[in-house]
Formats: sequence, structure tokens, C-alpha cells
Amino acid sequence: MDSRRKLVIVIAALLAVLLITPHSGSYILVLVTHALIFAILAMSVDILLGYTGLPSLGQAAYLGMGAYLTAILAARFQFGLDGTFWLVVVLGILIGAATAALFGLFAVHAAGVYFLMITLALGMCVWGLAYRWNSVTGGDNGIVLPPRPAFGIELADDVTYFHLVFGFFVVSLVMMAILVRSPFGRSLVGIRENELRMRILGYNTWLHKYIAFIIAGGFGGLAGVLWAHAHGLVSPEDVVLATSVDALLMVVLGGPGTLVGGAIGAGIVVFLREYLSTFVPWWQYVLGGVYVLTILYLPGGLMSIPERIRLAHARAAQAGESKPLQSVSH
Amino acid sequence: MLNQVRGSRTWGLIAGILALGAFMSPLPVIGAQELRIGFVAPITGPFSQVGKDMVNGFQLYLDEVGGNFAGAKVTFLVEDEEAKPPVAVRKVEKLIRQDKVHMFIGGLLASTGYAIAPVSTRLKTVYVASIPASDDLTQRDAAKYPLMVRTGWTSSQPSHPFGEWACQQGYKRIVAIGADFAFGHEVVGGFQKAFEDCGGRIIQKIWPPLGTIDFGPYIPTIKKDADAIFTLMAGPMSLQFPKQLAAAGIRKPVLGGGTSYDEFVLPSMGDEVIGHISALQYSAALDNPKNVAFVKKYREKYGKVPSYYSEANYSTAQMIHEVMKKTKGKWPGQEQFVKLLSSVELETPRGPVRLDEMRNPVHNIYIRIVRKKREHGYDKDELWNSVIKTYPNVGQFWKYKKEEFLKQPVYSRDYPPCKYCE
Repeated sequence: MDSRRKLVIVIAALLAVLLITPHSGSYILVLVTHALIFAILAMSVDILLGYTGLPSLGQAAYLGMGAYLTAILAARFQFGLDGTFWLVVVLGILIGAATAALFGLFAVHAAGVYFLMITLALGMCVWGLAYRWNSVTGGDNGIVLPPRPAFGIELADDVTYFHLVFGFFVVSLVMMAILVRSPFGRSLVGIRENELRMRILGYNTWLHKYIAFIIAGGFGGLAGVLWAHAHGLVSPEDVVLATSVDALLMVVLGGPGTLVGGAIGAGIVVFLREYLSTFVPWWQYVLGGVYVLTILYLPGGLMSIPERIRLAHARAAQAGESKPLQSVSH
Repeated sequence: MLNQVRGSRTWGLIAGILALGAFMSPLPVIGAQELRIGFVAPITGPFSQVGKDMVNGFQLYLDEVGGNFAGAKVTFLVEDEEAKPPVAVRKVEKLIRQDKVHMFIGGLLASTGYAIAPVSTRLKTVYVASIPASDDLTQRDAAKYPLMVRTGWTSSQPSHPFGEWACQQGYKRIVAIGADFAFGHEVVGGFQKAFEDCGGRIIQKIWPPLGTIDFGPYIPTIKKDADAIFTLMAGPMSLQFPKQLAAAGIRKPVLGGGTSYDEFVLPSMGDEVIGHISALQYSAALDNPKNVAFVKKYREKYGKVPSYYSEANYSTAQMIHEVMKKTKGKWPGQEQFVKLLSSVELETPRGPVRLDEMRNPVHNIYIRIVRKKREHGYDKDELWNSVIKTYPNVGQFWKYKKEEFLKQPVYSRDYPPCKYCE
């Protein structure tokens, strides 16, 4: 598929989400908002996993830093509940990036499974902080936020908030898309493919990975700010390992190295989780089954389906005159 | 080969589309005489036994009246909150936004109560807190949640008389060990306040995290010269702690918050808990006719003795029914419903219940001792929480003056301060 056609499809899909969502039920609206926020988080994981080849299991930490910052400022200091909301967004991104800059010093040296373990451990540190530092984080109770900011724009209105989140999502998507297509992004892919060769070619691969790690942390922080206000509650449960795992699996499900795949994965996981758990108590098995089947049969994620279909068609055509229509009739 | 692969993929696609179709549930239509009740409880995870007891309690009452509250047909929608506050928030949002419930009930942990009460204010829906005992919901923060009524209890409510009782038994020095979350802090805090106000001393506080199963690191630190141990366990912790305490050879008297020996876990406990004393507003061993009938029916239907989790929700259903009787099955609107529910006075399995002006129950507190005996005509020796003393009509402030009580901070890890800790 040429890139222009891809672009058209993505824009059409975004427009569809933008136009249809406000007219669906108010619960669907909330879920789409949640999905978009997780999509930002998942895409930030994709920068690491899909483009740099670093499987991060600690992305919830940056979401947590952004979310707790927002909640503490709002609940303790009534800060960020008017025009200063934008400042909080910036601060959230900065704290996510700063945390990543700190954690990156430990994590980026490692690769593969060791990177996985270190990010996991660092993520658990943030969870521990949220859980144990009662006087600041409220411990197990978490922090309940005051109503959403109003500054001419009434974010308390769910549709308005959806539009805000949608805006941030699109901006994030565009920025990350530009990033991965830039020379910097290309060298990340180079590192993923063969780090040694990149180093021999004279690239400072450590620095490249470190910067990618910080950028991903920044987007994680942004997702955290939006999450805090979307949910009205920040709790250690948001920072647990399961959130990081979810973000990683969203990317795997959608297709690593595609950005958009992470967003699709986020949508599927959020909707499956919320709806399935309504119907069956064993919903976790279904979700687990979906993950396992994806990894076994679709290693490239859902985004690889068009490619596979095309390949299959090409192969069928190559095989000669074996009635290509027959396969469709199944 | 290729066709086979394709075939399976096509089937996958069809299954996916069917599944999608199933999720697109139609919007519910609200009839004039329908009462839609949303219920959140942990159906999966370590707290699922408690969750089952909660749902079964409510369901038992619904079945008794044929799902009909004075002419209103009750639609009862249960959602799994996994004992996680953020999940509970999402589930409550779902119940309100998608299922258009008139009210939502339940939640298990105190932290869940603090998380979902604001949702009732934000989305203008009645919340009946049948289980979450978070003190401040009906104390310092009560004004923030005008659409919330509590039919359960506040965490520190049984602890106040219990603290005094312990002191009157002659205990002077007690070690407290409690689960490290809001509910644990509040139960222990209430006990400490009343106990120390009467002259006792809490000489040590130990806080294992919620969900601790191995108490190995904690039990050896318990001070050897204490007169007794006060424990507050929740969920699976309740089962493990007494076993490990006995295994460690500690033979001190053990007092406990109600959930440490609640009937959700009591039938699975061993003889090591015999003689342990706890305080709560309910015991399955209560000998009033309402309770005897309740225990019989519950046991027949669900194969186990009801716990306070069952009773609280059974009584809640009964109270809601009482309101609907007054309105002749019509939904009276949120404010009016809250007003009517707060003025209900009722004889329930736990005894007489009425609500105070901060919408929290005033009811009996029972001091109970675990005994192995026969109760209610069952022909087997079993563990029961036998009542040894009843404090009638205890409110959430007990003997303290409301204004003075509300001036002190909510019980927490650090309040009351441990002045006698060694």
C-alpha cells in the first residue's frame, strides 16, 4: 500500500471516530475517551518496542507520574482547574520525561530481557511510592480529583473532554509519525535491526535509545494528565504492572512498528475489557486467548492483516489458474 | 493447506463480527414501574467469596418478594469491580450511563467507597453504600455526597464500644496488627481511641499490606509482654493470620475487628480461632426470629452460613423495599429517595436499624466470641460467633460529642498518634 493511501485511510478513520462518537451513548463516549488516552500510552510504547526494539514493561510509571502530579496539584492546591490546565499538561509531559531521563540512566544500558526486567522493576518503584507515601499520594485510597477544569472551555462536559483528548491524540500521533520518519527515527530502526552495525557506522546508539526513552516517557506523562481528569480518581491500581503489560500488549495486538496499531490495540483492549467483564466472569481468559492467538498466528499484529491478504493473493495468483474466487466463498 | 488456513481465518472473522454484534446491546427503555438497581461487587479475584456473599444477600431478598418492590419490577444488574477502586469507578459509570440505573449499591473496600461516592455526586445518581465503611463518607465529607446513604456501617463504629469493653476486661497493654488500608486504619484507630480514653495503652502498631498471606515477617515482632493482640484482617488475610499466629506458638488473648472472624471465612477456619473475640453489628448466631429465618433460608439456598456481607445487602434490599412501599412503587426522584431511605426504621436480621442525620445506621454492636457449638437447630458442632455482650443502638460517634469528634482528623495510619508505642 502506498503511503498516500495509508494516510487517507487513517484520516478517514480519525474523522469517523470524531464524528460518530459524540452521537453514540454516553458510556461509549467515555470508553472512546479512555481508549484514546491509552492509545497515546500504547503509541509511546511502540516508539520503544516497535521502532527501537526495546520492550518496556514500565510505561505505567510515566502515566502514573503525570496522573499523580495532576491529581496532587488539583486536589491539594486547586492548581490546574482554570487556564493553568495547559500548564499542568506541560508539567505532566515534563515530569514523565524527567522520570524517564532518570530511569533511562539505568535501563538503556540493558537490552532484551534485561531491559524488560529493569523497566519492570523501575515501574514497581513508582507503584511502591504511590502505595506507601500516604501523606502525598493518599496511599491505597488514591486521590479523588475535583471536577474538571473550566476556563471558557467546560471540560466537565464529556463531549468537550472527548474533543480535547481527541485533539491531544491526533497531535501525538502526528508528532510521533514525524519522529519515526525523521533521520532520528530511521536510526532508531537501524538500532532495532542491528545495533552493532549502527555503532560501527559511528552512531551513538546509547544516546539515541536514551532520547527515544525520554520522548516515550513524555508522551506517557501526557496520557497520565488526561487519564487523571478522565477518571476523576488516581489510585495505585493505575500504576500497577498490569497497566504496563496492557500497554505493551495493545501494541503487540495492533502491530508493533506501526504507531496506528497501538491505537487500534488500545481500542480493542479497552472495549473488550469493559464489555466482556459485563457478560462473563471468565473474561480474562478471553482476553488472554486473544493475546495468545495474536502472537501465535499474527506476529505482526492486526496491522499486518492487509499485507498478509495481499501476499496470499499474490501467492494464489502465482500458483496459476486455481480459481482465486474459491477462497472467498468460505 | 492455504485454503485451510484461510478457512480458519474466515471463521475467526465471522466469530469476531458475531461477538461485536453481541456487545451492541440496545439502549434500555425505562418503564414507569421499573426500578433499576446496579450492584458492584468483586466477582473475580481474591475477594470473590465476599463478593458472592454480597450478591447472594441482595438476591435472596429479591427472590423472597418475587423481584417486586411494591409494584415496581426490580431489574438487578451486577458488575464485577475486582476489589479495585478504579475498576469500580468504571463499572459504576457503565451502570449509570449505559444501563440508566436509578441507584447503585455496593463496592467492597473502604477505598472503593471513597472512589465511587464522588461519582454519585458527579453523575447525580443515588449511591447506597451497603458495605464500604469508610468513616468520612458519613462524617467529615458527608456534605460532599448528598446522594449517598449508608446502610452498612462505619469502620470505627464497632471499635468504639469494643475498645472500652477491652479496657473493662482488664487489658492494659495491647498490640494492634491491621491491614494497611483505609478500613484497617479506621478500625484500629477507633479501637485505640476508645481503649486509651479508658486508660489502656496501645504499645505497638503493625501494618502488613492488604492481601498479605505470609505473616512470617510480622508475627515475630509482636511484643512479648503485651496482654492481648488486636487484629484487623480482610479477605484472604483473615484465614491465614490466626493459623500462623497459632503455629508461632503465641497464646495471648486475641481480639479482632469484625471482618477478621466474619462468617465469609469462619466455616473454613480451624479450631485455633476458638476463644477469639471480635465486635460487629451482626453475627450469624444472633437469636432473633428474623435472623434465624434468614440464616435458614440463606443456608438452604447457597449452602453456607450468611456473613455480615450477606446480611448488610439483604437488609439494604429490605430498606429499599420499605421506601418503595411508601411511594407505592413509583421512583420518587433522587433527593426524595435519599430522604425517605434515611428515615426508614426497620427490624432486620442484625436487629433494629435506623439512620442518623448524617445518613449512617444506628444499630446494635455485638461483642462476639468464637465457639464451637450447635446453633439454630443444626445437628453439627460448628464455629459460631456467639454474642457475649450487646451494646444497643450504637451510632457512629458513640459516646463522643459529634462536633468534637468531627474536629479530630479521620483515623489513619498516624492518627491517633501512638503515644505509648515502645
